[in-house]
Amino acid sequence: MNHFFTVEGILYFGAISLSIIGLFGLLVSKNLFRLLLSLVLFEAGANLVLVLSGFIRNGIAPIFLDGNSGAVMNDPVPQALVLTAIVIGVGVQALALSLIFRVKKHYGSMDMRTIRSKLEREIAENAGVTPPGSNEAPAPVKLIEGENS
Amino acid sequence: MIWVVTVVVFIMLAAALAVLFLPNMIAAVVASAVVSLCLTVIFAVLKAPDVAMTEAAIGAGLSSLILAIGLKRLGYWKTDSIDKVKAGERHD
Repeated sequence: MNHFFTVEGILYFGAISLSIIGLFGLLVSKNLFRLLLSLVLFEAGANLVLVLSGFIRNGIAPIFLDGNSGAVMNDPVPQALVLTAIVIGVGVQALALSLIFRVKKHYGSMDMRTIRSKLEREIAENAGVTPPGSNEAPAPVKLIEGENS
Repeated sequence: MIWVVTVVVFIMLAAALAVLFLPNMIAAVVASAVVSLCLTVIFAVLKAPDVAMTEAAIGAGLSSLILAIGLKRLGYWKTDSIDKVKAGERHD
């Protein structure tokens, strides 16, 4: 308990919990936009774990002020890498958002289940085979006309 | 110091859960910006001022802007979702 209740312990708890929440959202969310938001959370948790790996207790910020002051610095390498990872993360978000625009334009929906059933039907039509599924399955969901705008 | 870190971590986790469970998409984007701001405080506590500045400018500013523009183009820019949740038209 005493070992857990330090700054590093609490921050490791927070970082791993943030990653787990992001992974949970990636696995269970049905809306494509919420999937993107879960990806943002997962990235934030991973960045926090990386910065924590270079943290030294009572260390100073890795800035040279007077050459050799003798103080212990935090590791600057994970900080530089995380600095790059944040910027690349925003680029990944913008790319994912543009892909979501295309999916919304083509399938007219943001629901993963609707998109998956339409995708399977489209692939089966293009390949000239019957769509996968049982003969006993209920009839496919009719498209709502107003949703296609 | 340790109490500041504890409070910020719990605010961050609450905002992260709010991102997943809020029915309104604008509120979810704002909650993700709150996660980024709490992360900025944590990076400043961890003696990484450059990462904190980048996270505040890009993670909280530019990322929220991109997501808000995406919301507008996807048609989720609505503030009346409470009535729709009652009517059963939940977005997720």
